[in-house]
Amino acid sequence: MGETTLQAIPQNWYLLLSTFLFCIGVIGVLFRRNAIIILMCVELMLNAVNLLLVSFSAYANNADGQVFVFFIMVVAAAEVAVGLALLVSIYRNVMSTDIDVLSKLKG
Amino acid sequence: MSHYLFYILSTLSIISALLVVFSRVPVYSVLWLVVCFFTIAGHYIMLNAQFLAIVHIIVYAGAIMVLFLFVVMLLNLNKENEQHKINWVKFAAVISGGILFLTLIAAMKSSDLGTYSLPIKSEIGFVQNVGMKLFTDYVLPFELSSVLFLSAMIGAVVLAKKEKS
Repeated sequence: MGETTLQAIPQNWYLLLSTFLFCIGVIGVLFRRNAIIILMCVELMLNAVNLLLVSFSAYANNADGQVFVFFIMVVAAAEVAVGLALLVSIYRNVMSTDIDVLSKLKG
Repeated sequence: MSHYLFYILSTLSIISALLVVFSRVPVYSVLWLVVCFFTIAGHYIMLNAQFLAIVHIIVYAGAIMVLFLFVVMLLNLNKENEQHKINWVKFAAVISGGILFLTLIAAMKSSDLGTYSLPIKSEIGFVQNVGMKLFTDYVLPFELSSVLFLSAMIGAVVLAKKEKS
């Protein structure tokens, strides 16, 4: 299992892939109005960053990047728990998760 | 061989990520995101990060996405009644995402990445090495993350609690 199988894959491809996934996440945040989908697109962006960190860690032969990925996962899990709780309590009040309805702070 | 595996996994992850954004029903979005996470776990295995791949599947596909699925079903969003944004806003979203992509690609083109040599033998992804790093160099952030989890847990309970009327 120690043998690496990616001798021939240039690292630029991983860079391209994770950039593309990150941009899909950004487009999703701007594109949708449902707040749950927006949270999912934020998860997608975090995962693109994780993939990039793991690829750099593998190519530089340094385990620090993988530890950073652990901490990103921790923060993502905490963020999802609080974000979804907020969404549930917002839904109880306005019966919708549409972000255009949540414009009370606009004054 | 690994080239084809990379192509297949990348195509799958890009297609499923696009379907997360563009599918109409929220439950389908959640399920496509699960597919996307599995393909990313496949990439981790290809990059010799086996332990991280397992943790990724357990945490994301097992915990976070189940939470999303519960909330989507709890709020009864399992139907296509979402108001969509007006067309020029959608157009502007896609255009600005594309511009971001092009900018990042241009930044990458001008940077030099050829300094890393590919390791012949790599064992950094094994649980022994990652665990050693985590419990020696990063033990303080590790302990602080437990405080973060505790506060997130308390916050989630307080926020989702029914208000007394």
